[in-house]
Amino acid sequence: MKVRVFVNLKPGVLDPQGRAVHHALEGLGFAGVEDVRIGRMIELDAADDTTDEALDTMCRQLLANTVIENYRIEKEPA
Amino acid sequence: MSFRTAVITFPGSNCDRDMAVALKTVSGQAPLRVWHGDAELPESLDFIVLPGGFSYGDYLRSGAMAARSPIMRAVIAAAGRGVPVLGVCNGFQVLTEAGLLPGALMRNAGQTFICRTVALTVENTQSLFTAGYDAGQTINIPVAHHDGNYFADDDTLDRIEGDGRVAFRYADNCNGSRRDIAGLLNAAGNVLGMMPHPERAVEPAHGGTDGRALFESAIKALATA
Repeated sequence: MKVRVFVNLKPGVLDPQGRAVHHALEGLGFAGVEDVRIGRMIELDAADDTTDEALDTMCRQLLANTVIENYRIEKEPA
Repeated sequence: MSFRTAVITFPGSNCDRDMAVALKTVSGQAPLRVWHGDAELPESLDFIVLPGGFSYGDYLRSGAMAARSPIMRAVIAAAGRGVPVLGVCNGFQVLTEAGLLPGALMRNAGQTFICRTVALTVENTQSLFTAGYDAGQTINIPVAHHDGNYFADDDTLDRIEGDGRVAFRYADNCNGSRRDIAGLLNAAGNVLGMMPHPERAVEPAHGGTDGRALFESAIKALATA
């Protein structure tokens, strides 16, 4: 199955990259964007019997740094 | 006096040789060189150093891959036994990713790579790494990093400041680090992580020698331990 892990900075953690992109959007004339936050999406091709618990452990041990990041797991059954 | 020091090299480390030269210059003894894939450290080490660089190309997050490499399990165990561990720059990032120090090092607030000598204020002079400095002393040490912006939540910051674990602060915050933190000790005081490079300020030819006292302090503590 395809598993997508979305990793984002926690609310309140400064995202200078997002801020720069926000500024660039404004420079291009796009109005009405309140804020920009940049994260990453990690796609796993995992065995169908991979447990939710195992996926959660992967996120906590490596894929996300929970000091600064939150993560969300989306599974797409084969 | 006899002691055994080691510098760990990860793929992408690039300050390991500078660190080895600094240790030899100050102590007179060349450190052992240890490769990241080794499962065990050399026996009876007295001092372990994680050098600067871009281990694993900074994949995923700076220091994230190195922190999970085989040798780090041995380094974490040694740190738990009280063996002094110094992490500089990427080494500091590895220490936070490995959970030996709290917090995380994020992209510099100004988004740019910063490579210049900065002024630091010495905050803690009780540790084995900083005993050779005077409290409140200003020292000049080079930085060279893109991800040196120290972050921890308010509770963690209050706790580490309350325990006197901030070793160095930036006199003029160059990267957005919370509470100007440039160097941080663990609770037991045997692990120090810092973004500035003391090994680049050891000999007059470096343009300054303010980093020398850090190595002298550590080696003096080993010799008398």
